[in-house]
Amino acid sequence: MAMATSKKPPTLVVLQLTGGNDTINTIIPYADPLYYDNRPNVRVSEADVLKIDDRFGFHPSMASIKPFWDDGKMAVINGIGYPDPNYSHFRSMDIWYTAQPESIAIDGWLGKTVKELDPKAENVLTAVNFGRGLPRALSLAGVPVASVAELDSYGLLTSLASVDQRNSALEVFSCMYDDGLNDDMVKKPLQHANASDPMSQVMSYMGQTGLDAQKGADILSSAVGKYSSTVKYPNTPIGNNLKGIAQVKMAGLGTRVFYTGHGSFDTHSSQLNAHALLWKDVSEAVAAFFADLRAHNESDDVIMLMWTEFGRRVKDNGAGTDHGAGGVAFVLGDPVKGGMYGEYPSLKEDDLMIGNLKYNNDFRSTYSSILERWMGVEAKPIVNGSFPQHAFV
Amino acid sequence: MAIRSPEVKQLTEIGLMAHLFRRAGFGARRDELDAAVAKGYEATVEELLHPEAQPDLDYDLIWRYWVDMKEARQIIPAQSYWVYRMINTKRPLEEKMALFWHHLFATGFAKLNHPGAMLQQVDMFRQHGLGDLRTLLVELSKDPAMIFWLDNQTNTNDVHNENYGRELLELFSMGIGNYSEDDAKNCARAFTGWTLKNPIPGAQPYGRFNWEFDFRSDLHDYGEKTFLGETGNFDGADIIDIIVRQPATAQFICRRLHNYFVSDVPDQAAIDELVSVYFGSQYDMRAVMRTLFMSNAFRSSDAYFARVKSPAEHVVGIMRMVDDFTYPRWGIQEIALESRYMGQDLLNPPSVEGWHTGKEWIDTGILVERVNFAASQIGDIDKPGVRAIIDRLRPMGELSAEALVDNLLDLIGPIDVSATTHGALVNFAQNGGPLNLETAGRAGEERVGEILQLIVATREFQLV
Repeated sequence: MAMATSKKPPTLVVLQLTGGNDTINTIIPYADPLYYDNRPNVRVSEADVLKIDDRFGFHPSMASIKPFWDDGKMAVINGIGYPDPNYSHFRSMDIWYTAQPESIAIDGWLGKTVKELDPKAENVLTAVNFGRGLPRALSLAGVPVASVAELDSYGLLTSLASVDQRNSALEVFSCMYDDGLNDDMVKKPLQHANASDPMSQVMSYMGQTGLDAQKGADILSSAVGKYSSTVKYPNTPIGNNLKGIAQVKMAGLGTRVFYTGHGSFDTHSSQLNAHALLWKDVSEAVAAFFADLRAHNESDDVIMLMWTEFGRRVKDNGAGTDHGAGGVAFVLGDPVKGGMYGEYPSLKEDDLMIGNLKYNNDFRSTYSSILERWMGVEAKPIVNGSFPQHAFV
Repeated sequence: MAIRSPEVKQLTEIGLMAHLFRRAGFGARRDELDAAVAKGYEATVEELLHPEAQPDLDYDLIWRYWVDMKEARQIIPAQSYWVYRMINTKRPLEEKMALFWHHLFATGFAKLNHPGAMLQQVDMFRQHGLGDLRTLLVELSKDPAMIFWLDNQTNTNDVHNENYGRELLELFSMGIGNYSEDDAKNCARAFTGWTLKNPIPGAQPYGRFNWEFDFRSDLHDYGEKTFLGETGNFDGADIIDIIVRQPATAQFICRRLHNYFVSDVPDQAAIDELVSVYFGSQYDMRAVMRTLFMSNAFRSSDAYFARVKSPAEHVVGIMRMVDDFTYPRWGIQEIALESRYMGQDLLNPPSVEGWHTGKEWIDTGILVERVNFAASQIGDIDKPGVRAIIDRLRPMGELSAEALVDNLLDLIGPIDVSATTHGALVNFAQNGGPLNLETAGRAGEERVGEILQLIVATREFQLV
């Protein structure tokens, strides 16, 4: 079990490939005639495949991250999914977010993880999301998560134009939210709220929340000032998000879970161009991210999970592919034991389910492996069951 | 160090009217409030209670510019359409009741994957939301989005599916503990065969055309059922007849109405008053809402800012305040998405229990989003609503920091703030000395914009 080898606690970065990434054009079974039969239009020609063995290879756009495979730092989890696949983006994402395929659940697996890591919410930056809004994966009542659109400009009252006015406003904000209670009293606000006015409890709570938000914003923006690097990230949204994650990680703010995403991988049409660009953007950004961490000796306590809500149809539709099942996920980073995990699903017609790849390992196995073998947190309550684990970490 | 000012000011006429519009709608600007005060409180309540007497929105205009909203094949245009309606409706209570019923009869797009069906459901809430509860519950049971959401299309006499039958009792009308397991089973039996169909036969059974209700008598369980002590060959409508007669139903619905329209803090006496009207009026929501808005509980300072604003109210309220998006223009989608970023994905509640309200609307990440969005809107001094506020200040001549803050708190609400907040705002307003908008030019107007940004950043502004 490879826990963080340094004193730093293990950190997880989750990169959501939104829209349903096409499995068989990502890990390409170039030696299988069925690949060409099923993909008359939407295929990668063998000459372009980045071969990793005599059966499989990567999409050519993944060139920047292929070195992870070559160095044994990339786990490819083939045939990942869950029973009774759902082909709706929203439902399938919710299933992955809540680790609950059988019923509608509202608590995110990462929200529950953060709760385990920081039960009293002592660090409002235990989880940081790079993107707008909060993916349900991170959602759990009482768990604060900062959602950062752009690290450089993150903070409260960013619409105040002048720096002086903004600083003055932020001081005023502190005054407005500070009930003048010392630390001890603040941890037990209900004791000091006016019991005959329940709304005053809400006001106390908001006071503390506002101060925490401000503290979190101040601390986060300090990460930019502390950062210095010669690594160049691609100037793409995913490049900027991963750079932000690197900056916050390296500022040592105690963040244990980072989240971000890229998309849309929902390539019903124009797939060849779209998919190529998507993977180019992801690969270059991920490569820069780890290069940055490595250059600062900050890579031995981080792994990255790349996942998607489902794979795509085996037969192409002429210009793209429709929703499918049996996806592929990746776990990469210096602590990872690289290799192929799970089984590559068969393309034989008899082995398909209504034209889609069958899964052979539950995504909750991958979650469990990450939770127990890496994060040091009990998996069962988070993934609602016991699942066999992979040994990629 | 006041946590909350113990002496909330007595409600002025304008203050009470602003409170009414924040609750019965999404807020009103000072010019709208002045007009309403001239009509009088009771007359205004009556006008709100009769949305049908006001014009509807101009659909030709909306769909000409926002073509994607007419078919609503994607969720974001559907959400944008609703946000646009909430901003521009001349029937605020109709829209607010639709939002209330959407909270209560929570149905989520994520499972339906059919925005049109969601909009159809919300439209049903507009039509029946102020009518009698019996009709509303029957319409709800026939609503295709609800049927699909709670799997009632698979509820047949051969194989029962209790999902809808149970949630109808547990979450939509009576509340847990007021019926037995057998009641839930028999309720489900009564709704067998209440299914949906695609108006285009063949092809995909659940295609993107708007689904319709379909009663399949061949799938219905016509047998005898005992429900809440009564026995008969009940079907869904009969069950609802029995449900609406129950005191538990009256308490449940009136408690939810009180929670949404009066205060996050329950008040049994006020709820009992609504219950009595519920029965006296044969379950008429209009009558209940009239009593609610005219009640002492609603008009007292206890109800004033006694709820945490939901994200939808926060977003729509700010847009109404700045008087923007009064016609279909580019950018409405970003506004609609703000509600999602703040934790309320319209048409897509996380589960059938709906959103958790009150202080659960707020956490550190959400607070940053709420403050920044409101500040970015109100800080834009070229927005018509902000211009209107500045124009009202200008004739006042030179204003001290305190007068400036007090006038702005008045014009933006009126809003009451604690002594702490007030002191901090006045402190900020002092940067630059007294302000005379007649002579200060654009820079003076910018100062007003900045103070407004601080006001919408307060804790008090998170309340409604």
